[in-house]
Amino acid sequence: MAESKASVREKTDTKKDKETIVNDFSMVVATVNGSGSQTSNLAIIRSLFRMGIPVSGKNLFPSNIQGLPTWFTIRVSSEGHTARRENNEILVAMNPTTFSEDLRDLGSEGVCFYDDRFKITEERPDVTFYPMPVRELVKEINPPTDLRDYIANMAYVGIVAEMLGIDMDEIRGALETHFMGKQSAVDLNMRTIQAASSSAEENLIKQDSYYLERSDQTHDLLLIDGNTASALGAIYGGVSFAAWYPITPASSLADALEQYLPQLRMDEETGKATYVVIQAEDELAAIGMAVGAGWAGARAMTSTSGPGISLMAEFAGLAFFAEIPIVVSDVQRMGPSTGLPTRTSQGDILFVRFLGHGDTNQVMLLPGSIAECFEFGWQAFDLAERLQTPIFVLSDLDLGMNLWMSEKFAYPSQSFDRGKILAAEDLDRIGKFSRYQDVDGDGITYRTLPGTDHPLAAYFTRGTGHDENAIYSEKPDDWEMNIERIWRKLETAREMLPRPVIQHTKDAHIGLIGYGSTDPAIQEALDRLNTKNISADYLRIRAVPFVHEIETFIREHDVVYVIEMNTDGQMYKLLQLEVPDQAEKLHSLTHNNGLPLSAHWVVEAVLDREGG
Amino acid sequence: MATTVSEIDGSGKNVNKLGLKKSDYKGSPTTLCQGCGHNSISSQIMAALFELSIKPEKIVKLSGIGCSSKSPTYFLNRSHGFNSLHGRMPSIATGSALANRSIKLIGVSGDGDTASIGIGQFIHLVRRNVPMVYIVENNGVYGLTKGQFSATADKGQVLRKIGVNPFMPVDVCMEALIANCGFVARSFAGDPKQLKQLLKAALSFQGTAVLDIISPCVTFNNRGESTKSYAWGKAHEYPLHDVTWVPMRDEIEIEYQPGEVTEVDMHDGSTLLFKKLEQEYDPTDRMEALKMLEETCCGGVLVTGLIFISEEQPPLPEIEEMVDTPLVHLTEKELRPSRDSLEQVMEAYR
Ligand SMILES: Cc1ncc(C[n+]2csc(CCOP(=O)(O)OP(=O)(O)O)c2C)c(N)n1
Ligand code: SF4
Ligand SMILES: [Mg+2]
Repeated sequence: MAESKASVREKTDTKKDKETIVNDFSMVVATVNGSGSQTSNLAIIRSLFRMGIPVSGKNLFPSNIQGLPTWFTIRVSSEGHTARRENNEILVAMNPTTFSEDLRDLGSEGVCFYDDRFKITEERPDVTFYPMPVRELVKEINPPTDLRDYIANMAYVGIVAEMLGIDMDEIRGALETHFMGKQSAVDLNMRTIQAASSSAEENLIKQDSYYLERSDQTHDLLLIDGNTASALGAIYGGVSFAAWYPITPASSLADALEQYLPQLRMDEETGKATYVVIQAEDELAAIGMAVGAGWAGARAMTSTSGPGISLMAEFAGLAFFAEIPIVVSDVQRMGPSTGLPTRTSQGDILFVRFLGHGDTNQVMLLPGSIAECFEFGWQAFDLAERLQTPIFVLSDLDLGMNLWMSEKFAYPSQSFDRGKILAAEDLDRIGKFSRYQDVDGDGITYRTLPGTDHPLAAYFTRGTGHDENAIYSEKPDDWEMNIERIWRKLETAREMLPRPVIQHTKDAHIGLIGYGSTDPAIQEALDRLNTKNISADYLRIRAVPFVHEIETFIREHDVVYVIEMNTDGQMYKLLQLEVPDQAEKLHSLTHNNGLPLSAHWVVEAVLDREGG
Repeated sequence: MATTVSEIDGSGKNVNKLGLKKSDYKGSPTTLCQGCGHNSISSQIMAALFELSIKPEKIVKLSGIGCSSKSPTYFLNRSHGFNSLHGRMPSIATGSALANRSIKLIGVSGDGDTASIGIGQFIHLVRRNVPMVYIVENNGVYGLTKGQFSATADKGQVLRKIGVNPFMPVDVCMEALIANCGFVARSFAGDPKQLKQLLKAALSFQGTAVLDIISPCVTFNNRGESTKSYAWGKAHEYPLHDVTWVPMRDEIEIEYQPGEVTEVDMHDGSTLLFKKLEQEYDPTDRMEALKMLEETCCGGVLVTGLIFISEEQPPLPEIEEMVDTPLVHLTEKELRPSRDSLEQVMEAYR
């Protein structure tokens, strides 16, 4: 073990009066996009995680391939909080263009690691500075020219590790995972990290108060992004058809499908695929292909983000009205329009809820954790086939692309639900078939799959008005009957969807409602509000249309704050529609500047309203 | 006496090899205008499938939106069908074809549906070689929205209510060829004999077979000077060859003069016979096909026949290296990986 916290502490000889802060800070690494800093940041965060310390990592990156500034934030929290912090205590400055700004933003009494070629122009007497001899270290390692930037980034890993106390063995382990055992890559990186760490040991004296110590809080947890979890969920849900078109922040979901499907879903005998993934020519085609495949009987999906959702509107309406099962993953980003492609938001709630012209009503699942990305990933297919309707799974950039700690994924608890499908034998037995007849009274009708070898099996799917036999009809009665049945189906849907998660506190008269990626910030805010003697109950919505518990929750509280990351208060509006007689109790708290929600913001927003 | 084609393919009989009657291939009564070219095409689709003894349940009918796209309702009631969105049938076809590779897709589109709103999806469908018969019922107008110009209308054409079309037409066959289509044919709703042979050939083809069929709109674009009218087509049709599709090479004994006929073998064992007419034409030569289309594009003739055929490109399910079993027939056993595999996957994130 190269460096333990004990040896770091011994060298601490000045500012002894400062209290030591263990496993509790937020660190931002400022680099240049495209310089290869991602590996360095992942090495740091994963080694911390392997040391048992609760972490979260958020990459604030530009919509650019190379050259623009990017910031990677790592939060460590002994209390296990993972939401974004508004202040960072530690800065690793590797980008000369943003150095002054970064330094200005650094929290008071902070720590600044910086490339020793940078000039400090800010007056920050409160900050502890650690110059890093990046140029010399690169020279010493002498990597191939094309790897120079990359190696420069590895240098800060070694210096930060030395000064804060990251275990070298864990860094090696993290790199081994990252390079999937490619030893030469691991060695080159470790050589740099070690050289940097030795240089820090010789030349720098610990003067700050921040320390990392081994803990046991990440036992049995994963450190993973939501898009990978969603893709794995889909794979364990038996996805057999996926079509997509590249778009940030959804692309990595399809990438993960392409990564894992060949490992997990090859026919053993023939070595052939039990799935197909198509990169479509656009999102119109991506969803069209999914609709064609879902109609034919495959477990079909597409994944996209805002602009893609806009293009998908027409097909979404068709699939809703013709009652075709598909799964659409919307990893939300900031809109309107192209908006901020690399910033997070929850701005598609209202649009997706009614996606399609006419009276379209879509079913939405809202995962609020990585484990739920996995869980809803497989459940969505069961729901789509059971309800014969599109299921939209809405996450966002923060949940989809950033690194979160997660419970291990639970293997699907139930077998496939393929819904109401009639095979040739069933048709023989029943002797008749009407595609849109509500035989069971739950609004869900029976379907047959194309190719079913029976003279009664066929029907003609259309987006035009139809009667129970799927025959074109303009008769007012046929139209009304069909639409009323579809509404009956949506009523049936409510009780099948994931129920909200409710946390009660004793005697709370305030209720908070949230959904999706805001959960960690709200959880942390609840703790903090508690210390200020404000106790609140919390309900996290996990699906729309709403189940009755949500209405009950609203009725039970005097004031209900609906917290979300869009400007319009979109969920707030949906809730007002749901319980109009309670609308006055509902208050909208919206945060929408592209950054993930912070507990601080929630606390301030609630205190502001509560007059605290 | 030599066997005739109709005896081999069953066109002269009341029941086909499956014991099915012509009525087993019919659809609902048409609601298109009387005399609409689209109806003649529907008749030939029914006839071809009956004669080929293809089970209706094996067929899936797809379409976009338009009068033409309505027509799948009017044939094959015993086949599943999907009347989808304007210009988007190709994506539906791609998804369905991959989900179930055991079904045979017949897509019916219009010139607006394919060459205007749907040109993008059309090109990509062809480029991917989705196995299907893709029919464009080409009348040079939007029938269903009452007679606007479509992208295949001739430059300079006059429509009474609309005026003069100032733009060059999109040539569906040319677009298909450029997108590397392996089966490109043009026919005429007023030439049912040729059309049926081409449909049979298309149904035997393993990839995307594109048929651009001039199909007059009697209501909005059938005046004699229109190149999409019956009168013009009848007067100016110029078949490249007399094409006959035969199921098995050995079964055929039609007598021809030496050098009069060239044969092309299809992947499924059937054969195409091309009987020479006025000029030599080699339908296996892509450059010749392009040249011919370029030369005849505005040349006062309606060139028909199998413009190009090549089965070199594998169809999409082969390119994707999918299992032979249709994806829709796979069960939870094949589709849900094991509990252990999930544990292993998660190890990498610890
Ligand atoms: C997105 C969309 N835009 C416009 C329409 C209206 N529309 C219906 S059919 C049609 C044109 C059909 O023309 P074509 O494909 O040539 O078929 P035809 O009726 O001539 O057979 C149009 C524009 C529509 N259904 N959907
Ligand atoms: S309007 Fe034209 S295309 Fe439409 S049905 Fe009538 S004749 Fe046919
Ligand atoms: Mg038309």
